[in-house]
Amino acid sequence: MDYFIELLFGGLTRGSIYALIALGYTMVYGIIGLINFAHGEIYMIGAFTSFIIATVLSIYGFPLLAIVVIAGLAATVWSSAYGFTVEKLAYRPLRKAPRLAPLISAIGMSIFLQNYVLLAQTSDFLPFPALIPEFAFMEPVAHIVGSSDLVILITTTLVMIGLTFLIKFTKIGKAMRATAQDKTMAVLVGINVDRVISATFIIGSALAAIGGLLIASHIGQINFYIGFIAGIKAFTAAVLGGVGSIPGAVLGSLVLGLTESFATGYVSSDYEDVFAFSLLVLILIFKPSGLLGKAETKKV
Amino acid sequence: MRLGLQKKLFITAVALGFAMAVPVTGIAGDTIKFGVAGAQSGDLASYGLPTVKAAELVVAMYNAKGGINGKKIELLIEDDVCKPEVATNTATKLVTDGVDVVLGHICSGATKAALPIYKEAGVVVMSPSATDTGLTFSGDYPNFFRTIAHNDAQAIAMADFAINTVGSKKIAVIHDKGDYGKGLAEIAKKLVEESGKAEVVLFEGVTPGAVDYSAIVQKIKRKGADTVLFGGYHPEASKIVTMMNKKRLKVTFISDDGVKDDTFIKVAGKNAEGVYATGPKDTSSNPLSGISIEAHKKAYNADPGAFYEAAYSAAIALLNAIEKAGSTDMPAVVKALRTEKVDTPVGKIHFDEKGDAVGVGFVMYQVKDGKYMEVK
Repeated sequence: MDYFIELLFGGLTRGSIYALIALGYTMVYGIIGLINFAHGEIYMIGAFTSFIIATVLSIYGFPLLAIVVIAGLAATVWSSAYGFTVEKLAYRPLRKAPRLAPLISAIGMSIFLQNYVLLAQTSDFLPFPALIPEFAFMEPVAHIVGSSDLVILITTTLVMIGLTFLIKFTKIGKAMRATAQDKTMAVLVGINVDRVISATFIIGSALAAIGGLLIASHIGQINFYIGFIAGIKAFTAAVLGGVGSIPGAVLGSLVLGLTESFATGYVSSDYEDVFAFSLLVLILIFKPSGLLGKAETKKV
Repeated sequence: MRLGLQKKLFITAVALGFAMAVPVTGIAGDTIKFGVAGAQSGDLASYGLPTVKAAELVVAMYNAKGGINGKKIELLIEDDVCKPEVATNTATKLVTDGVDVVLGHICSGATKAALPIYKEAGVVVMSPSATDTGLTFSGDYPNFFRTIAHNDAQAIAMADFAINTVGSKKIAVIHDKGDYGKGLAEIAKKLVEESGKAEVVLFEGVTPGAVDYSAIVQKIKRKGADTVLFGGYHPEASKIVTMMNKKRLKVTFISDDGVKDDTFIKVAGKNAEGVYATGPKDTSSNPLSGISIEAHKKAYNADPGAFYEAAYSAAIALLNAIEKAGSTDMPAVVKALRTEKVDTPVGKIHFDEKGDAVGVGFVMYQVKDGKYMEVK
């Protein structure tokens, strides 16, 4: 039974990280129908920013909590700036172009950002400081659920609640939902669609940055390539849940994380990805729009 | 192509000139003919040329001392471009020229193709670089020796260390699904099973770059493993040892030279402490190694290339064996290689029954206070 709980928490932790990234994919897709392939790189930039800030602050002897907060804020702001800029440079000029054009532009942006970090930073793996401390009260159960698992789960839950609140009850949330439903109509009723799209990119990037900080601290290492694999998995999760749907992205991520964890635990880690992607294929066969997605005729 | 008669005659003359030039070098008096074969042109020339230079330096050194048993040593250098089909021609050419011993070939495939020809002619061959395990382990080539560790040496070192030094009973063999890591892991698993002293409780591959390895770590714990043998590179290894520490799992972690890298210690930090990893023996403290490198710098004004020290050692081992045997006959030379220990840049070596150098190869290192230290 212990083993089951261990795998369960492992899967939930993994799923939470996927969810933080998958939300960015799904929000952008919901609003402009674009799969933002550069999103994984935004997550990677978030991890790098928090790495740099945390390293500098720890040299000056800041307390751990201050380091986490400042590094987290810096990563969120910096990643958001990247997300905003990427949209402005690579997608906005192509708003009226055929759907394939911004998609290619997104892939180009992803390759560009990867290589930019590779050249500006390093190709080596870097040791990420343990920003999440080992809590004393977690010690009796540390072999089952670690402190970082707990922090990741709690943070993700809080972020999800916050996001739901933002979308349901705020003005910008309402504008986002309106834009997602009908862009032309939204313009006609006086919504600044460009601003809404920028806001979507900023929010998605901020979530990815939080994910970057949490997972880097959990596994203790980063390099320029981490965004690619995490991005692919999160994208899979978003499709699984129904791309464009926010609860779908969360559900899809948790399903994917748990599948991987249980597949490794009860079958073999050799087949971890085989199970994850077989699940994707099965769901897409029986429910092409994903678990919680709405049927749509035009897809990329 | 149309050529005038004059041109045809000229070309014929040149061709004849080349044809006649070759045997002349072979006629020289009573010498020991020391063949050097390997890639000396083409893509892989950089693997073969350092061996030629090593041979030239060692032979010059012996000749300066008056040769061996009163005979001067003569070099016969032949190119095989690292291709098996060319290597058979190279070998035939060397044998026809009456070669006594051969230093080479460089690539495993070319070596394998050439060996039957040398065996037939009774020529001892020693490679500084052919690592294919079968070359010595098949037992087909009693005339073949090498001064480099074979491909399985690392897996053998890992498994042997776990079973005999650490005393592991339950071993989890983990790899990264890559050629290098999985290949190593498979051999290590086989060795552990054959030993009968320990059992393999888990044999699995992890996905490189995956977000986390907590599930596989939990599985290692559940299987009750006391030792993990890991085949792969340092990014995965550091993630696994970090996660093991997080999950309060205390096991012996033994890995390969993909992990014997300072980046591993840098990234894994305190979690790296106590980790074992095999790596090539450090020869830099051996004075002969320094002498051989100095000789190269003096003669060629450059740092030596790939396999240089192994080739230098092989040349010394071959000439020493001829000297001790007092002849160039294969059985006598083979016997001398197996029994006479000789000082070379890679250490004091002799050769085992199969033809692998004893005292060359992988040793175990352990992380202590943030540094890899050799386990004595």
